[in-house]
Order: sequence, then structure tokens, then C-alpha cells
Amino acid sequence: MDLTLLEPISDVAWRIPAAGPMRVPGVIYATRELIEAMDHKVYEQVVGVATLPGIQRASYAMPDAHWGYGFPIGGVAAFDPDRGGVVSAGGVGFDISCGVRTLYTGLTREQVLPRLRPLVDALFAKVPAGVGSRGKVHLSPQGMDAMLAGGASWAVGEGYGRPDDLARTEEHGRMAGADPDAVSARAKQRQQDEMGTLGSGNHYLEVQAVAQIYDETVAKAFGLAVDDVVVSIHCGSRGLGHQIGTEFLREMVTRAPEHGLTLPDRELACAPLRSDLGRRYLGAMRAGINCALANRQIITHLVREAFARVLPGVELPLLYDVSHNTCKEEPHEVDGETRRLFVHRKGATRAFGPGHTDVAEPFRAVGQPVLIGGTMGTASYVLAGTASGMDLAWGSACHGAGRAMSRHAATRRWRGRQVVDELAARGILVRSPSLRGVAEEAPGAYKDVGAVADAAERAGLARRVARLEPLACVKG
Amino acid sequence: MVTGARTAGECRWEHFPHEADVGVRGIGPTPAAAFEAAALAMTAAVADLEAIRPRTRVIVAARAPDPELLLVEWLNALVFEMATRRMLFSRFAVRITGDRLEGEAWGEPVDAARHGPAVEVKGATYTALRVAEEDGAWTAQCVVDV
Repeated sequence: MDLTLLEPISDVAWRIPAAGPMRVPGVIYATRELIEAMDHKVYEQVVGVATLPGIQRASYAMPDAHWGYGFPIGGVAAFDPDRGGVVSAGGVGFDISCGVRTLYTGLTREQVLPRLRPLVDALFAKVPAGVGSRGKVHLSPQGMDAMLAGGASWAVGEGYGRPDDLARTEEHGRMAGADPDAVSARAKQRQQDEMGTLGSGNHYLEVQAVAQIYDETVAKAFGLAVDDVVVSIHCGSRGLGHQIGTEFLREMVTRAPEHGLTLPDRELACAPLRSDLGRRYLGAMRAGINCALANRQIITHLVREAFARVLPGVELPLLYDVSHNTCKEEPHEVDGETRRLFVHRKGATRAFGPGHTDVAEPFRAVGQPVLIGGTMGTASYVLAGTASGMDLAWGSACHGAGRAMSRHAATRRWRGRQVVDELAARGILVRSPSLRGVAEEAPGAYKDVGAVADAAERAGLARRVARLEPLACVKG
Repeated sequence: MVTGARTAGECRWEHFPHEADVGVRGIGPTPAAAFEAAALAMTAAVADLEAIRPRTRVIVAARAPDPELLLVEWLNALVFEMATRRMLFSRFAVRITGDRLEGEAWGEPVDAARHGPAVEVKGATYTALRVAEEDGAWTAQCVVDV
């Protein structure tokens, strides 16, 4: 991206002045280096989002922003229903409520390493991963609707996990306002065999060790210390979310004229929050959030079963579960008054600061855990929400490293076997049904996640708490 | 331009770069031929086309008010069949009449060992969407989310 298009606010915040059809400015939180590496399409998409009706304050991009569809990935935008605000299926994305969940093992690196190989093999055998894989949980029509209404709470009721997991999941494991009837039969059919599956692409299951602590106080509140081993799960709402996204994107495109919406590009398709279509999408999207929460809850159960075989007695309690593809109704301060806004976070994590009532009780004094997925060869991060982030971008932060090159370019540069062998030589064990998938996800295909986390901290969006190093990875 | 082209008569397909996802482009003498080639490009984002045996035929239909929306509908119909049947397809036939598309896809069930599928397609998007004729050749393209 051409820096001359932007006005510097600081060395980690840049403004795109409102011009032409833009209703608000754009704001990108990133270092000069990260912005220069961003595709110009990110600029175009930040500007495009700024033209949508009812947008409040600014169209934001996080430090890991990259070219998405409609909204940039790493895009954050809030809309006011009282001011003609809209909801956008592309502003949430196909993988509704994709997110990261991290589990404590209560073990140290030294205790896990001797059993790492059988452990990753057990995880790979237990958790269905990759294209065409099927889950073992099959739902009746009534069961499907109960899952869509109940989320992780439903899953715990079915015996997948424990009630204390829910207190450490956003929305207490159940997104309110879900409408299973707004989810089509085709979307439910697509989910029929996919409960408890990891998916493919950038989705993974990793065994990680805490390599560095940046903030001792918050790390203690999060229960993290150097050399602790944790397990992180990155996946979303599987076929159901993808089909909801597909169907509502189409309906929003074709019905834009009847809603009086003139869109600069079809990829910005949306519907007024106060319309039948807007309400139906919100009901279906919230059901998609519940599907993702239930899916990560079932995978948690499978991970615990795998651990029980290899390292008996390990309980794997939950650190936290965050989603990074959502639209949520939240109270925020605007012009001195509290308004209920619909905050789209697409490839962006909620990062509420200390004292916020939506932050789970164990973390309320320090801010919510923000789980940032990296790559299988570099690192992941645990950040904490800040008070300043609430004003900067509606309490939001980055979600991952962000790709630096296309999948095709990655396969031209690396071969899957070479990536697996090189990581094995560094002590990182990788299991995947697809070597080509491993090549496409090669660590070098991503931006420097450390630079992204550092920029998020310097911008005030979130504070760095811990850096996690991969020990083993199951790649979908 | 990144390409992964395979020529089939006058038709060919390409991938065009997109940071997170994959751009799929089909080129052919008619819109229908370009749609068939775009479907090949989408499958090639998942697995090697040569490894997929065209053994079983699946019939799909789509309808949309303009050719660009019809391309998205066609690709999304295939995504649905791939996901729910656990199949990959390597041969396609398309007939377009007005706002309607009748399509056939030939393929086989996913075999993880033989196909090594890299990524599943979540859906076709309206990003970089274009169906247009230039110098007698039709192009049909969009970004698919993977």
C-alpha cells in the first residue's frame, strides 16, 4: 500500500481522510513496514466499508489486515440501527465465528516432550481433519436445531466437555438471539457430517509451549508461566457457516435495490439492520456462532480423549475461547452517549478491556484474553484487551499473522515434505492429510506474527502477555 | 499473473493471485465453456485434476438474473455437491439458456491418500467477479474463499 495515501496519526496509526462517498474516515493500525507490505486492495476495501450506511466513527483495519472479500480481513466496523445502519454477510465472512480456543495441560515442556510423538499421533487419529473428513456426531433435525440454539452449552449437555468450560467461552458458550429457523435446510444438510471436524486450510490443532512472558501480572491472572504446555484449536462453523454466508450474500446482493442501497461494489452487499433480511441474517449468523462454539467444544472433548490415552490424568481445563468472524450487538460510547452498535469483526478478535462486564470473571480485572494464531513454525500470542482499545476500534485487536503470499506462490516455493522435515529437524512434529496443504501453509507464507502483535500493543489495541511456540501441529 | 493452466481445446483455466484466498478464471469460446473452465480452476485449487477420476455424474442447476451472478451460483452449486457428497469433480458440462444453467459434473468420492486435497472451498464470492467477452474469448472469474 502506498503510504502517501495515508495521513499519519502516530507511527502505528494512519488515517484515510473521508472523501467522496465515504461517510467516515478509514483508520489502519499498523507500522510503516506492515502497511507497505499490505496489498492496495486493503486500502480499497477499507474505503469501501466507509461508504456503507450507518457506519460509526471510522472503518478500521488491524495490523494483520489483508485483502478479503467486501471487508478486508482484519476489518472492524460498527453500524447504528438508529442511523440506517446495515449488517453485511461479507463483513462477517463465510467461516462464521471462526476462532481460537486454548486449553491448559498443567504440564511443562519437559514433561510433554518425551510423549510428544504418540500424543500428536493420537490427536491426529482422534480429531477428523482435512477435506472430506467426517465427524462422529450425527444430529437429528431436532438435535441440529438444539445445537444451533445452544452452542457449546448444548455440547456440554450432550456430554462433550464440562460445565466449567462455558464460563471461559465468549457469550458463556451460547450466543443469544440465534434463530435455527432462519438457517436453510441446505445449510443444515452441509453440516450433517461435520460436527467435531477441524476443517482444512489455515485451521489447526497445536500443542504449544509458553516461550516468553511479557506481562507477569496478567500472565499470572491468565494462568500462564514459561514452559507451560497448552493446546490451541483454530476452526469455525464448518459447512453450516459457509452455506449461511453463501446464501445471505446472494440475497443481500440481489435485494440491495429494494432496500435503497447503492453499493460501490457487489462484494459490499448488505441489508439494513432494521429489515426482514437483516434480522433473518442476524438470527442465522448467531446460529452459526453457536455451531462454531459447539464444534470447538466437541473437538475439546476429543482432545481430552486423546490426551487420556497418552498422558492419563491430564484434565485440560479451558483458558479461553475467542471468535474472530462475527457481528455482535454491543453498547459503546459515541458522542458522549451509549449506543447499541452492531460491530463487525472480520478476521479481528474482540479485545475488551479491564472492568468490562462481558469479560469472563477470572479475567475481568486485567482484560480479556486475546488468542492470536500464528504459524506452525513460528509462534502464537496471547494478548490482553485494554481500556484504550475500547475507543480505538470498539475493543478489537488482530487475529493472526495474515498471509504474505498466495497459496499458489507458496507451493511454488516449498514442497510439503520439505516443510514437514525442516520443522521436524527443529523438533516440531506436523501431521496432515495433505502435503500440498502443508506447503500452502508454510510458515514463510505468512507475515511476521511478532511484528503484528508488537504493532497491536504499540497501537494500544491490546497488550502482549505471552508468546507460544509450536511443539506439534495437526493441520487440516 | 500466477497460472496453473491446463489447455483443453480452446478452453483454459488459470488461478489469479489473491492474498488469503484463490482467484479462479475460466476462458473459452462461449460463456458456457468459460464456466466449465472456471469450475476446473476451482477444483484445481483443491487437488490435482489429473488424480480425480470422472466416474460418477452429478447434475446441478442454477438460476440468476445476470451472467456474473450465474457464475457464482454455478460454482456455489458445485461447492455444495462437493461438501455434501464428499466428492471431487474433474469434468464439467454447462448449458446456459437465458437466466438458467444446467450443468453436469463428473467425479469420484474424496480419497485423502490419492487426492491429497489441500483445502476445501467454502464458497464463491463477488470479489473480482467478471464474465465478459474480449476478442472472441469469454472470461468467467471470481475469488473463491478457501
